Amino acid sequence: MAVIDRTDAPFDLDVGDFYDQYRMMFLIRRFEEAAERQYKAARIGGYCHLSSGQEAATVGAVSALAEDDLLITGYRCHGFALARGVPPEAVMAELFGRAHGCAHGRGGSMHLLDVSRGYYGGWGIVAGQLPIATGMALSLVRQGKEQAVLCELGDGAVNMGAWHESLNLAAVWNLPVVFMVVNNLYGMGTSVDRASAEPDIFKRAGAYRIEGERVDGDDLEEVEWATARLLRAAREERKPAVLEALTYRYRGHSVADAGLAYRTRDEIDERRLQDPLVRTRESLEARGVPPEGLDALEAEVEAEVEAAVVYAEGDAAPSVDQLAAGVYAAGSEEQFERMRPGSPAGEEELVFAGGLGR
Amino acid sequence: MSGSSVAAAPAPASGVETMTYREALRLAMRQEMERDERVFVMGEEVGLFDGSYKVTAGLMDEFGPDRVRDTPISEEGFVGAGVGAAMLGERPIVEIMTLNFLLVAMDQVVNHAAKIGAMFGGEVRCPLVIRTPNGAGNQLTAQHSQSFDGWFAGTPGLKVVAPANPADAKGLLKAAIRDDDPVLVIENLPIYKEKGEVDLDPDLVAPIGRAAVAREGSDLTVVAHSFATVRALKVAEKLAAEKGVSLEVVDLRSLRPLDVETIAASVAKTSRVLCVEEGWPSYGVTAEIAARIQHACFDDLDAPVERLGMAEVPLPYAKELELAAMPTEDRIERAALQVLELVR
Ligand SMILES: Cc1ncc(C[n+]2csc(CCOP(=O)(O)OP(=O)(O)O)c2C)c(N)n1
Ligand SMILES: [Mg+2]
Repeated sequence: MAVIDRTDAPFDLDVGDFYDQYRMMFLIRRFEEAAERQYKAARIGGYCHLSSGQEAATVGAVSALAEDDLLITGYRCHGFALARGVPPEAVMAELFGRAHGCAHGRGGSMHLLDVSRGYYGGWGIVAGQLPIATGMALSLVRQGKEQAVLCELGDGAVNMGAWHESLNLAAVWNLPVVFMVVNNLYGMGTSVDRASAEPDIFKRAGAYRIEGERVDGDDLEEVEWATARLLRAAREERKPAVLEALTYRYRGHSVADAGLAYRTRDEIDERRLQDPLVRTRESLEARGVPPEGLDALEAEVEAEVEAAVVYAEGDAAPSVDQLAAGVYAAGSEEQFERMRPGSPAGEEELVFAGGLGR
Repeated sequence: MSGSSVAAAPAPASGVETMTYREALRLAMRQEMERDERVFVMGEEVGLFDGSYKVTAGLMDEFGPDRVRDTPISEEGFVGAGVGAAMLGERPIVEIMTLNFLLVAMDQVVNHAAKIGAMFGGEVRCPLVIRTPNGAGNQLTAQHSQSFDGWFAGTPGLKVVAPANPADAKGLLKAAIRDDDPVLVIENLPIYKEKGEVDLDPDLVAPIGRAAVAREGSDLTVVAHSFATVRALKVAEKLAAEKGVSLEVVDLRSLRPLDVETIAASVAKTSRVLCVEEGWPSYGVTAEIAARIQHACFDDLDAPVERLGMAEVPLPYAKELELAAMPTEDRIERAALQVLELVR
């Protein structure tokens, strides 16, 4: 591994980390491409929101998390799960609705999670995760822990009441939470300019007297540096903050959307010239990492994604008699016992015999 | 405020055309917007994007951005804005992308819109329409697959209709727009693409508060609404062909007001009844229907009232699990045969 001089660097990012981060960005891109293929082959169903183009924002932010920090996101979450270390097999298996998916086949693309890695889920209702992030931060404070919560949301979420209520709560209670707005310029087909009276989203933090910062979300180091600084202030000084990462999604809102009704092909092509993957790779090469090494890495990642697909294909479907697993905590069976007489057709067999809890 | 002017009625189109449910809804909106300039549409992606499910496609081009308004993602805000505009005499049609997202505006619907007529002693009314699809079956998972139609139908002050075919989609949406009270029009994702004959007459509205006998039969009454009606009709055809059993299907069309008379007349004829819904049956639409039937038809019944709905779990993603949870045609068929005592 090449050694570079980082005496003037604003942030302690050595080339080893950088190399791993590039690897992860590349993995996310290839993973999303595989997910799209599998969706089109009808092996993945439901809504499938891809994050191609947003890799630097995703990986930069997640890299800034300490091991015991917590993460919560919206539904465009494949990249966040992977960056947080959830094995690609477990993510792909979830997309396939298989038993060893990270949500046991219950959640699908929008509801990935891995509690063992402090990832408390992808959530499907716009801005629904914000108040929850606030409560997670409250819990950290109550338990006297020096940890922080990173809450990802889209630009579309900032016009929901939950955004306002959560920022205000976080500010009046001094909660260790950083709200990271992934501003990819559109919420479905509505551009930020058409939806937001203050399109400079980071400025809205000022209304709650908390710090707001905007970064080039396609610049890996800039994202990581800013996220790390804000998370540190959250952990050490209990200062909540808003971080706005400007980026772009190359694909449609979901796989079902061609993504061309509200923006031009030219706009997409122009943004692709700034592809964060290309930028990061160039930056690695400039620091002396040989191109052959990067080529080898890319081949390795492609094989890893292929292996994830093979794993997901081979994994079993969740068993139907576990339909009601998890709905209530284990031990609730007795409470429901007397609900059986007169239950609607099929209910008894489907719900009460399913074994509540895991 | 645009006043109460009603534009001169355009020359009545005539005839019957085959169109999809989605096109029938669009036709209803277009006709009502032409008829009454107080009518306008707002919601997420209804304009430039042509509607998330393309129901409003082309309307922005036709009527302009003032009457077809794209909103930010702010359901509580724009549902409430619809309430306020309606109080001043406008006729807003608010589209909510799916019923699931109406939950974040629940307070404006249940605790504001529904209260206005009574709480202010009849001094002000709220002629608001909220259109939104319910439905499950595309692996959209727990937060996006729900049909809590009964929650709204249980709310005094609201009217709730749920068309199951293109003709009713047009007729009931038009009736809702002309109605002086807040009306929730529950559409359905899988039915959007279904085709049927629709009378083009702009003056034809379907009555709110009237069920329809969607199929006549003599052995068993199936009471359903929305997509459950579509499923029930298919099961009825299958059972007639395969088992010589005759099902009558009562399509509720309107959940509040509820047409108990039509249900009771059918049960008086068949003496057996199965109630089906896409939502969870506990405390749901079928619970209400069953209660009404045991009271209205006590002497007519030859078997307990049975009901069938979504398994009472938040809907899982995996295809196999989702299928096991849904009130599929297979499950309806089985439940029907059980009520008929043809299987155990
Ligand atoms: C409350 C609510 N309203 C509407 C939707 C439907 N919806 C899903 S994603 C989305 C756009 C969100 O855009 P943004 O927050 O910018 O995130 P992005 O998709 O760009 O990642 C909408 C309207 C929803 N899930 N929740
Ligand atoms: Mg966005």
